Amino acid sequence: MSAKPTVGIFDFTGCEGCELNHLNFENELLALIGHIDFVEWREAMDDKAEHYTIAIVEGSISTPDCVQRIHDIRNRCDILIAVGACAVNGGMNAMKNQYPLEVVREEVYGEGKDLFATIPASPVSTYVRVDYEVRSCPMDQGEFLRLLTALLSGKQPQVCDNPVCVECKLNENECVYGKGMICMGPITRGGCNAMCPTHGQYCIGCRGLVSKPNMKGMVEILTNSGLSLEEAQKRINLFNTAERERILL
Amino acid sequence: MKQDLNINVHHLTRVEGHGNIVVNMKEGVLEKAQLEIVEAPRYFEAMLKGRSFHEAAIITSRICGICSLGHQMTSLKATEEALGLEISRQTLLLRKLLIHGATIQSNILHAYFLAAPDFLNVGSVFPLVGTHPEVVLRALRMKRLANDMGEILGGRAVHPITPVPGGFTKIPAEADLVEMKRRLLEECLPDVIATVETIKALAGAVPQFERETEYISVRSEEEYGLYDGNICSSDTGIHPVEDYLSVTNEHVVSHSSSKHAKHHRSSYMVGALARFNNSYDKLHPEAQKAAEALGLQPVNTNPYMITIAQVVEVAHCVFDSVAIIDELLAQGLKAEKPNQNPTRFGRGMATTEVPRGILFHDYTYNRRGEIVKANCIIPTGQNLANIDDDMKKLVPEIIAKSKDEITLQLEMLVRAYDPCISCSVHMLDVDFIE
Repeated sequence: MSAKPTVGIFDFTGCEGCELNHLNFENELLALIGHIDFVEWREAMDDKAEHYTIAIVEGSISTPDCVQRIHDIRNRCDILIAVGACAVNGGMNAMKNQYPLEVVREEVYGEGKDLFATIPASPVSTYVRVDYEVRSCPMDQGEFLRLLTALLSGKQPQVCDNPVCVECKLNENECVYGKGMICMGPITRGGCNAMCPTHGQYCIGCRGLVSKPNMKGMVEILTNSGLSLEEAQKRINLFNTAERERILL
Repeated sequence: MKQDLNINVHHLTRVEGHGNIVVNMKEGVLEKAQLEIVEAPRYFEAMLKGRSFHEAAIITSRICGICSLGHQMTSLKATEEALGLEISRQTLLLRKLLIHGATIQSNILHAYFLAAPDFLNVGSVFPLVGTHPEVVLRALRMKRLANDMGEILGGRAVHPITPVPGGFTKIPAEADLVEMKRRLLEECLPDVIATVETIKALAGAVPQFERETEYISVRSEEEYGLYDGNICSSDTGIHPVEDYLSVTNEHVVSHSSSKHAKHHRSSYMVGALARFNNSYDKLHPEAQKAAEALGLQPVNTNPYMITIAQVVEVAHCVFDSVAIIDELLAQGLKAEKPNQNPTRFGRGMATTEVPRGILFHDYTYNRRGEIVKANCIIPTGQNLANIDDDMKKLVPEIIAKSKDEITLQLEMLVRAYDPCISCSVHMLDVDFIE
């Protein structure tokens, strides 16, 4: 890649926590701007640009306006990186897809339900080609820097496809199930160094599924731990509603 | 003088979320002056329905990345109230310390990165790296320390991991708190003093505009109310949290996918300036000195001074954090497990001050510990009507200026409120029909 690529950061439907994590690179921000030029970033700057070497996209696609904007960005960038669960696999936003849209809108806005358009919340890749992804909710800062470093030095970034359990074992953590809690580690894609179990919490599944998850086994573990089948499905769906539609249907 | 004016700022920059400023004046008559909220609704009710009490804070934290700690704390308090879960003094102190870290982080981000560029006539913080490197480095240093507080105590600054109903899943090491205190005293305090000097030098660029309004915040008689307290209105006095619906009165308006709120008048203000006005007497004496140096006195009615009030609060949070760490170290950190055995299942209401203002969470649980009803009322949603009312008074006052100048001053007004638009369209106030 040639020197000083231009970078735009774009937000769609989400909490903007991933964007905040870019602003939270306090120790690295000055070094970063030595290697890349931020040319558009609505949350942090006024400027706009026509073309981007790299477009970094956060959030799900959930309105007709989002669809138009993501196509426009794709047409004007060389490389598109989806960051965070909402952009990579739909994340929590996709949970609304379980209900008919009419019902959801009427429940929230009542008589004003036609004022605000919405469509099913989807990952960015449903609409345009995504070149690279940075998973987690919020996006993992270390993973983002590793990807950017690889791209800037012309190397192919590594993609993790082992479950969180592998990294949990490497951290020598006691199994979360052994502590009487439930955990999404067995089907959740690693790369986070089992951050939540290492902090005494269970894996909530924010990185989405490994490419070949053993869903039957997962449901069995959860129901053996005292959850009903319905509760087990709900736990799995927290971050995986859209991804399960793709994998299982 | 009869004039026409049309301003349409699409997707205002340097704010969290998507909003447009629309102003129409025809022949000198103001037809429209409003902040349109165009953020995509997210329908959090679909996410919370039937969810376990273990998951409520995990989900509501995702309403907003910038306010994730505040949502988490308020959510945990509401759940603990609903389920009758007591927390220890240690948990209380660690949570207050987390709130201070998040307040420092958010206020510094707003003052230096989002608001200051306006005072220096640049479009973002990046040009300042070249022209004012020491200022940018100082801002980054303060933000890093505040985020480190979040990481050490919460496992992660955005969507923290360790705070759960009844306590923490991991307790920090004493050595980490000792080091945190050292950095607060040796690094952060000089930076706070320098920040007051920097902001004082910029204070001349703060637009002069006054509009008296109702100020609503948390107030505690024991301390500067952030983690807990009653609802305080500058018009009507103290109200218990259980009365929050009669204070906020949310309603749908057509130009905003976030609902508006009103209490005693057509609008009210929440956030740093409302807190400052209502609880000035509870600020740390050093923070009161900083306010004096910055020319801020209660009751201040200039919304552009919100940013100044944020800086005063940073001073308060730094000093109070040191006091909290001292108490934690004096009593010694205990390896406590979170108390997660409900003693009842019912309704719990909670309020917390988050950087942008007073936040309410209200949950009702069934006997399986699953949410059947939920409501969150967000600071930015409460400020929207007040912003519209400000614009309606401001535009006629500055109509003699050029369109570019008027636009900039309106943008600065909206930015001063540090709006968090993702939060405001969380859309979560609905009865679930089982």
